[in-house]
Amino acid sequence: MTYEAVIGLEVHAQLKTATKMFCACPAAFEAPPNSCVCPVCLGHPGALPVANRRAAELAVRLGLAVGATVRAHSSWARKSYFYPDLPKGYQITQYAEPIVTGGALEIETTEGSRSIRLVRMHLEEDAGRSQHPERSGERTTRVDFNRCGTPLLEIVSVPDLRTPGEARAYLVRLKQILQYCAVSDADMEKGGLRCDVNISVRPAGEERLGTPAELKNLNSFRHVERALAAEITRQVARLRRGETVSRETRRWDPAGGRTHAMRDKEAEHDYRYFPEPDLPPLILDPDWIAAIERSLPEMPDRRRARLVTQYGIRPYDARLLTATRELADYFEAVAARAPDAQIAANLVGSELLGLLHEHKLEVTACPIRPQALADLAGLRAKGTLSSKLIKQVLAEMLASGEAPEAIIRSRGWVQVEDDTQLRAWVIALLETHPQEVADYRKGKTAVLEFLMGQLMKRSQGRAHPEIARALLEELLGAKP
Amino acid sequence: MRGAPGTVSALTAALRNGALRLPEVIEPYLDRIRKRNDELGALLHVFDEGARSRARELQRRLDAGDWPGPLTGVPVAVKDNISLAGHPTTAGSRILKGFRPVYTATAVERLEASGAIVIGKANLDEFAMGSSNEYSAYGAARNPYDTGRVPGGSSGGCAAAIAGGLALGALGSDTGGSVRQPAAFCGLVALKPQYGSVSRYGLIAFGSSLDQIAPMARTARDCAALYNAIRGVDPHDATSREDGAPVDVEAWSQPPRDVRLGVPRSWLAAGLDADVRAGFDRCCARFAKLGARLVDVALPDPSWAVATYHILANAEASTNLARYDGVRYGPRAAGVASVDVLYAATRGAGFGPEVKRRILLGTYVLSAGYRAAYYARAARARLALRAAYAEVLQCVDALLMPTTPTPAFRLGEKLGDPLAMYLCDVFTIGANLTGWPAVAFPVGRNPAGLPLGAQLCGPLGGEDLLLGLVHRFDGGEPLPLPEG
Repeated sequence: MTYEAVIGLEVHAQLKTATKMFCACPAAFEAPPNSCVCPVCLGHPGALPVANRRAAELAVRLGLAVGATVRAHSSWARKSYFYPDLPKGYQITQYAEPIVTGGALEIETTEGSRSIRLVRMHLEEDAGRSQHPERSGERTTRVDFNRCGTPLLEIVSVPDLRTPGEARAYLVRLKQILQYCAVSDADMEKGGLRCDVNISVRPAGEERLGTPAELKNLNSFRHVERALAAEITRQVARLRRGETVSRETRRWDPAGGRTHAMRDKEAEHDYRYFPEPDLPPLILDPDWIAAIERSLPEMPDRRRARLVTQYGIRPYDARLLTATRELADYFEAVAARAPDAQIAANLVGSELLGLLHEHKLEVTACPIRPQALADLAGLRAKGTLSSKLIKQVLAEMLASGEAPEAIIRSRGWVQVEDDTQLRAWVIALLETHPQEVADYRKGKTAVLEFLMGQLMKRSQGRAHPEIARALLEELLGAKP
Repeated sequence: MRGAPGTVSALTAALRNGALRLPEVIEPYLDRIRKRNDELGALLHVFDEGARSRARELQRRLDAGDWPGPLTGVPVAVKDNISLAGHPTTAGSRILKGFRPVYTATAVERLEASGAIVIGKANLDEFAMGSSNEYSAYGAARNPYDTGRVPGGSSGGCAAAIAGGLALGALGSDTGGSVRQPAAFCGLVALKPQYGSVSRYGLIAFGSSLDQIAPMARTARDCAALYNAIRGVDPHDATSREDGAPVDVEAWSQPPRDVRLGVPRSWLAAGLDADVRAGFDRCCARFAKLGARLVDVALPDPSWAVATYHILANAEASTNLARYDGVRYGPRAAGVASVDVLYAATRGAGFGPEVKRRILLGTYVLSAGYRAAYYARAARARLALRAAYAEVLQCVDALLMPTTPTPAFRLGEKLGDPLAMYLCDVFTIGANLTGWPAVAFPVGRNPAGLPLGAQLCGPLGGEDLLLGLVHRFDGGEPLPLPEG
C-alpha cells in the first residue's frame, strides 16, 4: 500500500516595524540584552498595551498580496501560560477574529504549479529569549526581553501540501512574497521566520485525515524538508506495522536525523483564551485598506510575465530576475537604458549576480549604477566585447567604479577586428602548435576549438571571435 | 485642624488670596498623620519630607505670582495600587513588598501637574479585592466615625484618610464599587467615572474592563476639581476617551428642574437597612424639593449583576495577576529546584487567601469545558444588563439608589462569609458592568452617628450632570468630620 502525507504549516514572520507590537521600544535584534525594554513589554504592574498601527498595515499588505480577505473588524485575545520569558503570564494575540482570512500561495512543484490555500493570518507579540548558561558549575536561566513584544504575523496554511518538497516550495514562495511586500525580512537564520508543521499520513486515495503530529525546532528550509521526510517515514512505518500514530508534539533532532516526542506538557496546555480587555477591537477603514492595496508592489508571478512580454527576455531569465524585488528593480533599471534587453538580462542574471555572490554583496549594495551596466550591454550588443572581456570589464567596474568605456580604453581591451593583427596572432599560434595543425589537416577538425581557445588567450580575449575563427580556418586550410 | 480649610475649594481660595501659606497648610496634616495613622491604618507610606519640599516649591511659585493649577497645595492620598515612580507601590499585597515602579501613573502625573501634593499612599484590600479593607496584607484600615468599624473597601485607606483629616482628597480605584462603598461608609463624595474617562495607565489591574481610577473628596465641587485634573484621553491607554468639556458644578447652580431621576423601587425591598432606607427617602424628598422629578423604574434584580461581575472580574484578574511570579520584581521564593516550584512557592507565599480564591475562580471560569457555561454566559449577561440600563435611561436622566445595603459594619463581621462580603457591592456593580459614571454622596448620619450614602448613576458622558446634581444637593458643604 502506498501512503500520502498531509502537511499544514504555521509560519511566524517577524514584521518589519520600527517599534514593538504594543509599546514604543525599538524592535531591534542585535542590541545588548534587556536594553530595548519598558514597563509595557516587561509586563510591569499597571502598564497597558497600545497596538502598533504599522504592524496591522503590514499584515494587511501580505493579506492583499495573497488574495486574502482583510477583516474590517478584528480583535485581540489573551493566551495564558506561565514561562519566564513571557512577562505578563499571557501573550496578546488574535484568536476568534483574526485580521486576515483565506488567500492562497502558488507554488512550483515538479508537476507544475499548485495553489496552497491559507486559513488565516493573525497578529501577536513575541516572547523574550531564555538562555541557560552554566555559572560556577550550576545551570542558570537568563532572560533577554529585547525580543519580547516584537510583532509577529502567524500565517496558517490549509493542509494542502503533500510532500516535503512542496513544504519547502511553500516556504520559499512565502518568504519571497514577505520580502517583496517589505512585510518581513523573513530571515530564518535570525529567527525572523519560524515554522511549525502539522503532518499526518493516510493510505493513498483515503479521504479521511490521519492523526497529525506537530513538529517544532525547524529553523531552516532544509530542516523542514528533512524533518518531514523523517517523520513521514516514521508514521508510515508505524501504520505498516499495524500501530497507530499519536497526536503529539515532536522535536526535530537535526544531528540524529529523527524526530522525538517532547516530554514537556506544552501540548496539553489549556490557554484559556478570552478577549483582551485592554485593547479595543482593531477597526480598519476601507479607504485605508484600499490605499494599502494601491501601494502594493507587483507580485513576482505577474512581474515575471510582464518582463517576458515587455522586454522579450526568456522565461527562464525572467524567473531568475524576479527572485527578489530588488533584483527585478535593478534589472528593469538596466533594461530601460540598454539597447538589448536579453543582453541586459544575461549581464544582470548571470554575470553580475555571480560576481556579487563572489563578493558576498546584496544587489541593493551593488556599487555599479544601472546606467553603467546598460552601457556595457550596449558595447556587448555592438560586438565590441567578447564574453571573456565582459567578465573582466565587469570585475573592474565593481572594483574601480569606472565606466566601461574608460576601462576598455585605459586597459586597451577593445576587441580586435583588424586583419593584419589577427593574421599575425594566428600565424604565430600555428607555428607553435605544429602537432595540432597536422592533426587538423588529417581531418581531426575538433582541434579547432582548442586552437580558438589558445588564440583568445594569446590575444587576452581581444580577438573578435567570428573573424578570428574564419581566419584560423582559412590559414589551417592553406597548404604549408 | 482647628481653623484649617476643610475643603479643596476653601483651601485653594485661601492660598490664592494669600490668607494662608503652604508650609502652614501641610504641617497640620503631617501632625495628624503622626497622631492618627497608626490607629486608622489609612496610609501605608507617608511622604512627609516629600510633601514639605513640594509645599515649599509650590509656595515659591505662588510668591512669584504663579498659580500652578486648580489643586495647588491640596494634600491628596493615592491608593497604593496606583504607580508613583520610585515609591513603594504594594497594591496591599506581600507579593509586591519592596516593589518600586519605574514610572508614574498618568492620573498622578496630571494630579501633580495641577499643583496637588501627594502626601502618602493609601491602604487597600489586596489588589483592590474586597469591601472592608480587611484583606490588606498590611493590616486593616478603620472607620474614623467608629474605629470598631470598617471604612469600606477596597479604597478604605483613602476614605479613612479623608474622613480622618489626613488628606483633603484621594485617588482611589473602582472596579465594583471600591470608591463608592467606602464613600458611603465614611461620609464622602466619590465619582466612579465612565469607563475610559480616566487613564488606567499605572493602575495595577484587577478587572481591566471594569477598573477606573476614581476621585474621592468631601464635596461634589472638590470631587469635580480632582476629576477635572485627571480626566481625558491618554496615548498610553487605548481604552481611554476624550470626554468634552471639564465638569463645572457651578453650571448647575440653578435648581435641577425637569431632571428625571429613576428609582429602582424593587431594589429597596428586603435586605436594606432601615437607617439606610430612611436616609435614602430623605434624599429623595430633598431632590424632589429641589425640583427633580422622581420616577420609579424597573431594573433587573441586582443579584445577577453580582454573579456576572464575579465571573468577569475574576476571569480578568486571574490573567492580570499571572505576572506576579517572582521572576522580574517583587519577593522571590528561595531555595527552589525548578521554575514551576518557584512560581508555586512565590505565589503561594505572596498572595492572601481572598486573592487566591479569586484567581482560582477566574481560572476555573475560563478553563476548557467551563468557559461556555461561565465566562461566555457572563459576557452575554453583561450585554443584556447594558441593554436594560440603556432602555431605562430613555425615560430618565439618571438613576438614584442607595450606595450600600447597610452602614459601616464591624471589623471581622463579614470576614468568615465571602458571599456576604460580595453583597456589599450589590448596588454599585451595575455602573462598572455598564461602564456608566456614578457618584456616591453622603445623605446624613444614622442615630449612632454613622454616615449614610446614596448614589446617582449614568448616563454615558454624564459626569457633569451627576456631579452637578450632587453639588446642588450638598451646596458645597461637607458632612462634618468625626471627633478625634
